[in-house]
Amino acid sequence: MSTKYELSAQEKKFVGWHLGLAVFALGLGSLFGPLQALEHAGLDLYPFLKPLFKSYYQGLTLHGVLNALVWTTFFITGFLTFTTIYGLKRPLKYPKLNLVGFVMMIAGLVSAAIPLLLNQATVLYTFYPPMKASPLFYLGLTLVVVGSWVEGYGFYFTYAAWRKENPGVRTPFISFAGILNMVMWQFATLGVAAEILTMLLPWSLGLIQNVDPQLARTYFWFTGHPLVYFWLLPAYLSWYGMLPKQVGGKMFSDSLARLAFWLFLLLSIPLGFHHQYVDPGVPAIWKYIHAVLTFSVFFPSMMTAFTVVASLEYGARQRGGKGALGWILALPWNDPSVAAQLLAGLLFFFGGIGGLTNASYNLNLVLHNTAWVPGHFHLTVATGVTLSFMGISYWLVPYLSGRKLWKPKWAVVQAWSWFIGMIIFSQSMHILGLLGAPRRTPLGLAPYIPAEWNSRLLQVGIGGTILFFSGAIYLTVIIATAFSKQKAEASEQVEVPVAESLQDVNLTPQWLDRWAPWLYATLILVVLAYGPQLFEQIRNIALTSPGFKVW
Amino acid sequence: MSAQKTTLHVDPFERNWLIISFAMLVVFSVVIAVSAFGMGIQVPVPESRVDPRTVASDPNSPWSNPGVREIVPGQKYDVYILSKTWQYLPAEITVPAGARVTFYVTSMDVQHGFKIQDTNVNVQIVPGHVAKMTVTFDTPGAYDFICTEYCGAAHGAMAGKVIVQP
Ligand code: HEM
Ligand SMILES: [Cu+2]
Repeated sequence: MSTKYELSAQEKKFVGWHLGLAVFALGLGSLFGPLQALEHAGLDLYPFLKPLFKSYYQGLTLHGVLNALVWTTFFITGFLTFTTIYGLKRPLKYPKLNLVGFVMMIAGLVSAAIPLLLNQATVLYTFYPPMKASPLFYLGLTLVVVGSWVEGYGFYFTYAAWRKENPGVRTPFISFAGILNMVMWQFATLGVAAEILTMLLPWSLGLIQNVDPQLARTYFWFTGHPLVYFWLLPAYLSWYGMLPKQVGGKMFSDSLARLAFWLFLLLSIPLGFHHQYVDPGVPAIWKYIHAVLTFSVFFPSMMTAFTVVASLEYGARQRGGKGALGWILALPWNDPSVAAQLLAGLLFFFGGIGGLTNASYNLNLVLHNTAWVPGHFHLTVATGVTLSFMGISYWLVPYLSGRKLWKPKWAVVQAWSWFIGMIIFSQSMHILGLLGAPRRTPLGLAPYIPAEWNSRLLQVGIGGTILFFSGAIYLTVIIATAFSKQKAEASEQVEVPVAESLQDVNLTPQWLDRWAPWLYATLILVVLAYGPQLFEQIRNIALTSPGFKVW
Repeated sequence: MSAQKTTLHVDPFERNWLIISFAMLVVFSVVIAVSAFGMGIQVPVPESRVDPRTVASDPNSPWSNPGVREIVPGQKYDVYILSKTWQYLPAEITVPAGARVTFYVTSMDVQHGFKIQDTNVNVQIVPGHVAKMTVTFDTPGAYDFICTEYCGAAHGAMAGKVIVQP
């Protein structure tokens, strides 16, 4: 069964380019994080950046776009290319198609980067109209998204070819999970596609004069929430399907893992109004319905928590771990890839609890747009996801480059310092939010800071500083690995960790390996949860907002 | 595990875990429904629409002359606030403690936020829509209201005050 499979040199290079651009974006984007944190702590370094970056907000836009949109999307498309090929043990059906998709993504990145760097698109990564950016910005985002779709079509063709060659065989889990994530993404991005193509792009080109900002928000969050699951599912893929192998164990339950992924496909999209709880233009009942649906998508995350921890425990006991909790110590903590992902998962757990709080409808009156919110998503996307991706790259980059990981001990230090820095940073951001501190605000300027915020603001700066060093170590390790002169010996080659299931995969019910019913169900649920309100907002569209450049 | 039939295979521990998770989510949904629809701790709902291009200049628009309107002295007040980059008009209002104060806030340019510190008033200000929130200030004092959505270069300076008189 587990015959070794190797990616061709060309495929490795292709995936490697995705990762390279992703890491580059993370490196530049994360640079602004500590600057923002230090600004909160009272140390404003922006005057020194003036020749290059004009303002806090130009930096914050780059931080959001490069981290949340570019690092994630490029890493994910690369990683899913890998899981598709490696899981199915066959090359891409049309490698040229995937190449075209990737080139579109790069063209989009360049197109968006120009106005971003020229301070012509300082609209933050949510680009809420009627702030109006340069058309190149919207065009760039469109190209990145459409390019990722094209890469996705490449996966589907490959999967269809594999299916024809392997009738009746269960889809290997990592390929299944990766392709499912791409399907979800293609559903989800219809929202921003509608927003940009019907409103923002023609508006920024001067073809239409005005837009409807409330409808734009609804379109945006149609995509905006599932976007976070698009980031998260590759990490889950690794936690379910790869990490157990790395700790010497097996996947606890193949069928429940698949069920969880189907539930994510089904439930990730129809809940975007939970980002609009305090929008004046959305009726309460729809907000409440989306609140309940948001709770429902918490359910597969609870399944994940159980299955992943059970797999880890199984592995740890195989390694001689003992005791109710003592087994945790028997996990291979000295493996940086494992340490990073375990620590990521641990903080993600707390991010999940905060997420439940955010989902809680009227509690949003306390939390909306406060520092609590970035406090929350630095536990989720900036740690649960990002630190997991870093962990994955600790074996994937050596695999792709044929090099040994540079100084694994430093990589372990990196994982721990991210973990500790983020605890300090995020905890203080959460508390600041509860005390009423707004997000997206250089607080040096604010006339309303009570003294009780000060010690917390200082703590934000301390956490940010630790994170700065952690990020620097990450970049150093990855660059030194990828560009090392010395190839790894044959005996030192990385083995790709793919966990086997404790249960025979062929006992997984057939309905968990069938696409059509789940796709129809997803479509129906999205139409039910979004159709009426979307119809209402489009019917009452009021194109009354001209564009503003206010930065 | 020797059964040849395909099964979902749910471990007993896992089954309990999932039942508890599910029950928790049901409880949360019910508690929220009661607090919101029963006890009236509600999020803003659609109030009315305006044209942001004329809302500040049209003499029929309350926001051409924003400020406090006394409806029932000492008991009921309406407050019209216009948000624009990077200020609120008016930036300071005075109301008596214990009165029901209803805010009607809208924007004449980009999106803003409107959050009154130490209250449940916190709303997204979307041009074209009127955001309505009602609050009773029981304790006299000064309450900052602050902009919570990025609205351009000096967003951080955008704030105002409610003075609550005894
Ligand atoms: C080096 C570590 C990092 C630090 C110290 C940091 C710090 C911050 C701070 C202080 C803010 C709030 C700024 C404000 O509201 O005014 C922020 C916003 C944000 N961060 Fe980070 N961050 C880091 C890494 C990351 C990573 C890795 C990601 C995502 C993968 C990320 C995604 C975001 C996003 C999406 C925002 C919101 C931007 C917006 O409001 O438009 N950050 N970050
Ligand atoms: Cu504002």
